[in-house]
This record gives sequence, C-alpha cells and structure tokens, in this order.
Amino acid sequence: MVKEIERAGLPVVHVCTIVPISLTVGANRIIPAVAIPHPLGDPSKTAEEEKQIRRRLVERSLKALQTEITDQTVFND
Amino acid sequence: MSYRIVHYINQFYAGIGGEEKADIRPEIREGVVGPGMALKGALGSEATVVATVICGDSYFASNMEQASAEILEMMKQYKPDAVVAGPAFNAGRYGTACGAICEAVMKNLGIPAVSGMYPENPGVEMYKKSFYIVETPDSAVGMRKAIPAMAKLVLKLLKGETLGTPAEEGYIERGIRKNKFYDKLAAERAVDMFVAKLQGKPFVTEYPMPVFDRVPPNPAVKDMKNATIALVTSGGICPKGNPDHIEASSASKFGEYDITDVKDLTCDDFCTAHGGYDATYADQDADRVLPVDVLRDMEKEGVFKKLYNKFYSTVGNGTAVASAKKFGAEIARKLIADGVTAVILTST
Repeated sequence: MVKEIERAGLPVVHVCTIVPISLTVGANRIIPAVAIPHPLGDPSKTAEEEKQIRRRLVERSLKALQTEITDQTVFND
Repeated sequence: MSYRIVHYINQFYAGIGGEEKADIRPEIREGVVGPGMALKGALGSEATVVATVICGDSYFASNMEQASAEILEMMKQYKPDAVVAGPAFNAGRYGTACGAICEAVMKNLGIPAVSGMYPENPGVEMYKKSFYIVETPDSAVGMRKAIPAMAKLVLKLLKGETLGTPAEEGYIERGIRKNKFYDKLAAERAVDMFVAKLQGKPFVTEYPMPVFDRVPPNPAVKDMKNATIALVTSGGICPKGNPDHIEASSASKFGEYDITDVKDLTCDDFCTAHGGYDATYADQDADRVLPVDVLRDMEKEGVFKKLYNKFYSTVGNGTAVASAKKFGAEIARKLIADGVTAVILTST
C-alpha cells in the first residue's frame, strides 16, 4: 500500500515496527515504531507518557515528510 | 550414522498459544515438537530431529539480533549437522524469523539450513539469496507437501549431493548462476527460443531477469502549515463491530471511515479487525495504532492545516500483494482527488 500511494504521487511516511519488512516492501520514509501490537503507544506507561511517545513519533513522521530524500531512509530520531 | 537436525518453530506451532503468546522468549526442547513429528517421519532413518527451538513471533521480530544470537547458542549445544526452520507459509513474522535464523546458522555454524515459505512471504525477498527456501502454499493446509520437500532438500545438502534447478527441486530461486555445457551453441538456443516465442509456443529462459519494483521518493512537503494530512493503516482499525466485515486475515477489502468530529479513538467507538497480532492494546485505545488524538492536537496548534476527515484501513495479515497494491492505488486516488498533501501510514 505504501508503495502504491507513493507511486500515485503522494509523499508517505511508514510508521512500523518491523523495519526490515518495510525496507523490503519498498517504503521510502520509514519511522521505527514501539511494538507490533501497539506501534504508537506503550501500555506499560501512564496515559500521559504514552501520549508523549505517540506525539514524538508523529512529530518525527511530519519531519520525515518535510525532508528531501533520494533513497529509502529510516528516520531514527 | 544419522545426521543431527535442530528444528525451529514459533509459539503457535509449538501449541503454546496464538498472538497472546507471540512475545515469548526462545526456549529449546529435546526431540520433536508439533510439525517436527512430520519432519521426523519424512527424514526417516537418515537424520534425527535432536531438538526444537521455539520462539514467539513478536519477540523475534522486535529483537532480531539478540534473539538470533540466543537461538544460535541454544542450537550449538545440540551439535546440529543442519537446521530446518518452519515451514512458515505466508506468516510474515514467522517467515522473517525462519530466514534470519537460517542465514545466521549458515554464516556462523557453517552448516546447511532449509526453510519453507509461500513466495509472497516477506521472508522470501529478504533471505532467498542466503539459503534454500522450499516453495509452499500460503497456509498450513500445505503442511503435508511442504515437510517432505524440506526433508528431501536438507538430506541432499547434508550428503553433499548436487542440487538441480529450483523448478526440479522445488526451492525458490536464489539468483545463483551456474555454468553448464550444451551440445547446441548459445546462438542456436537463443534463435530456437525466439522462434518458439514468435510461434506462441512455450520456452524456458536460461537466465530470468530479476524484477525490481522500487518507487522513487516524492519531493518533501514544503509548506506543512497549509498541508492536509491523511491517515491510512494496515493495522485493521475500524469502528466498533467492524461494519464492513474486513477479514481478520487475507483481507479482500479496505474501509473508509469518517472522523470529522472525532478527537480521540476511544474503546467505545473503535477497535481492530486484525487477526495477526494481540488485539488487547488496540481495542483498549486505537490511537496506539492510528494516532488521531495527537494529530487533532497538532491540527489545533496549527502545525499543519487539516487532518483529512476520513481514514482508510485494512488488515495486513497474509493479505495478497496484489490486493494490497489495489487498495493502495484506490486509496491514493481518493486522497489526491480530495486535495490531501501527504500520508502517514501505520503498520502493526
């Protein structure tokens, strides 16, 4: 899906836990996430801390979308 | 003498549990477990399954390097002559684990390793160059065919027998070229193929071309303050009750859901339809998969102009690549028509 959205001309960022699969599939802008059943959350934290984790991942995603790249890029921070 | 084989399987095939147990750490047990019984039968007297390593799919996928190292150490204690992993069919995390382990076994222990997967399993694309993967159907229905083929291949490798072509042996092409002598000159063979092609007759190429499907990245978003951001997910998030009946695996459709006045995905209104991961956390708070709450905050703060008023969702669990391609293209068409600037796509 990521690749087809990109092919259609929309910049897309893939937030996912298993980065090697995302690279294999062909995503270009990749944000490593927290864990498979909760990529943008962490149930072991308080609701507030969890929302902060999520906020950071979304901020990183928006930053990735605003970054010019020429090849597949994993945005670690 | 009988060769010593260590078998690798996941928590599901070990009978430990499904997604709720997918985070178990690796353990090793003496003898066969689960599909190891069929493997033992197929190997006959020539090889023995001396031990079985079991690991949760999510644990492996989330800690690939550490889990591989732990598993190698466990395997070493049983002095294997070869390792068999899976078959993983079309299970993505399981296939990735089988691939990573077999690759590590070949590299670090210097012994043969064999697995079995469906060609669309992401583990195939990642590891097919490193070792032999037997082609299997997409589900465990194919177990009875997969296990004998894997046993046959590993025995051949152990005995140092020359392997035939992928089609002859039933493994997935690894991109290895071998020199071979023919009575006919290359030019003659090429003309024969060309003539067959012109006549619409079947012919087999001697050198299949690899297929690369890469899409170059689109230019970055220049004006985020005026951008409309859309959310898409393969994590199966949908309104409670899954009104479109998106399948828990091998999804045949995607859903389009309005979030015009939704500020937060609460457990009263949203859940996941996904059957390939433990749904507990997504059902409690779907923002953990699809970050609507945070995006609403940022929209209010003016970081970007607008969160698109619909999100698109499907279940990425054994879903055919052809279906995913179709969903992606359709979703993109709708988003572009509505003036969306960029997309955040989340996967579990």
